[in-house]
Amino acid sequence: MNALTFTLKNILKFSVNCSALTPNSLENKSITDIANIKVIYGSNSVPVTDLFDITGSDATHIVFKNTSNKMDYIGAHMSSGNITIEGNAGAYLGFTMKNGEIHCTGSVESYAACNMVGGLLKIDANVGDFLGAGSEGLRKGMRGGTVIIKGNAGDRVGDQMRRGLILIEGNAGDYCGSRMIAGTIGVLGNVGAYTAFNMHRGTLLLKNTPSLHATVQDCGTHTLPYLSLLFKSFKKYNTPFSQLSSQRVQRFVGDAAYKGNGEILILNA
Amino acid sequence: MMMLLNTIQIDDTFAEAFNMRGTRVIITAQNLKWAYHAANAMTGFATSVIGCGVEAGIERELSPEETPDGRPGVSILMFAMGSKVLMQQLETRMGQCILTCPTAAAFSGIEGEDKISLGKNLRYFGDGFQTSKLIDGKRYWRIPVMDGEFITEETTGMVRAIGGGNFLILATSQPAALAAAEVAIEAMKKVPNVIMPFPGGVVRSGSKVGSKYKTMFASTNDAFCPTLKGATNTELSPEIESVMEIVIDGLTFEDIALSMKVGIEAICNLGADSGVKRISAGNYGGKLGPHLFKLHDILNGSNS
Repeated sequence: MNALTFTLKNILKFSVNCSALTPNSLENKSITDIANIKVIYGSNSVPVTDLFDITGSDATHIVFKNTSNKMDYIGAHMSSGNITIEGNAGAYLGFTMKNGEIHCTGSVESYAACNMVGGLLKIDANVGDFLGAGSEGLRKGMRGGTVIIKGNAGDRVGDQMRRGLILIEGNAGDYCGSRMIAGTIGVLGNVGAYTAFNMHRGTLLLKNTPSLHATVQDCGTHTLPYLSLLFKSFKKYNTPFSQLSSQRVQRFVGDAAYKGNGEILILNA
Repeated sequence: MMMLLNTIQIDDTFAEAFNMRGTRVIITAQNLKWAYHAANAMTGFATSVIGCGVEAGIERELSPEETPDGRPGVSILMFAMGSKVLMQQLETRMGQCILTCPTAAAFSGIEGEDKISLGKNLRYFGDGFQTSKLIDGKRYWRIPVMDGEFITEETTGMVRAIGGGNFLILATSQPAALAAAEVAIEAMKKVPNVIMPFPGGVVRSGSKVGSKYKTMFASTNDAFCPTLKGATNTELSPEIESVMEIVIDGLTFEDIALSMKVGIEAICNLGADSGVKRISAGNYGGKLGPHLFKLHDILNGSNS
């Protein structure tokens, strides 16, 4: 069976909510049924077939082609299967995703992996603000799963993140790990200002030492045995993080302004 | 029916064993020396549930490739008559023996439907500075200590197990009995999933149930005491001067049976010239324990 493929027909004028097009929601549906599913396009509700050409039949693997950064909520609430996005994606990619895998070959707008619970999200280019954060009004961000960004990430990565793993091979913007509750964020590039702002717990694993604010304190350089367990868990991913081996790190703790016990570990100190 | 193995008599009898609860813990450290320090402390004073609460021992050494954190280590098995005692003893021994041992870390060594605390409560030693990490679905605790950080997995599995498999080595002298026991233990150490919890794996003070004294619920097994041959209803022939017992706890019936087979065959390979004349086993008439390890069946490979 060929992957169920949605090819965008025309350039989108408005945002389209793609949350209905996940492997678990399309399982056992005929092509006709899928074509007639209504999606929110701007302020209207339109059939899928008005926006996409549909080919293939294997709903466990969905492919989006000729994509746009106005395609929001791809993979939202997804609990199984695979989604491949050949191009860019809009906001809220993998929103509350529970299981399965999403691979986007292009760049992604804000709020990717927002409220994510499980599964794997891979983005080959850049991602906007609030990666792995909580959606508006919620006090917990990402609660599980793994996110791998090959490019750069915007501001507020992991804002209020509760659990899970975010690996960024490029740079991250300001307020990385802000209000973070737990989990792990790794950045091989540079991070912006106010890293670990109001951080409660969790780990920031950084290649380069950032300019830290006064309420993040230096605890010295140490060999941390738990890093062998963490690095071992990276081995299964195709990322430079899988090459990490040195358990020698400089450890900062904060944010003291929040009585925080979060840690910033500078690799190969 | 008489059975001889390399001229050594195998009694037509059986070992009687009991249901227990068991767990396995992997101890790692900077090197094997310190892994053994930790493991020896944790399995110390754990020879018999009668007086120690648990029976525990080192199962085997682990190479760095076999341990979760890539350091050398050992696996230990711990058995108790009930889950509550096992949980209490594990937590106590973790706190006093592993937490305290330089560079040591502890990890779950067995999966089971029941989970018991390894570092779940020990984490409070961190006084608020402890942190947890969920890695590949397993929760670990990092407790800051004076040598750096103590790492422990939150829980380990608890499984149904069997304790009290045994056999007796009857020899013409004490040195002969002990030498044969040592040979058996060396062979049995290669069998996975079992431990021989007594000192060096060998017991010299096998017991019977009950005593002439009201406060004692176990007392010396006078029928196998060579110095009482003329004073009690002895099981020993005139030439027997010493008896040693090997007790085995294991995760399954098959594990214990294999261990007994390996141990007895190792002794019999020594031949009667070693001074060993008979192999027997301890039981209570089959009335107390649900698991009967029949020596002839084990050696014939027909045990079940």
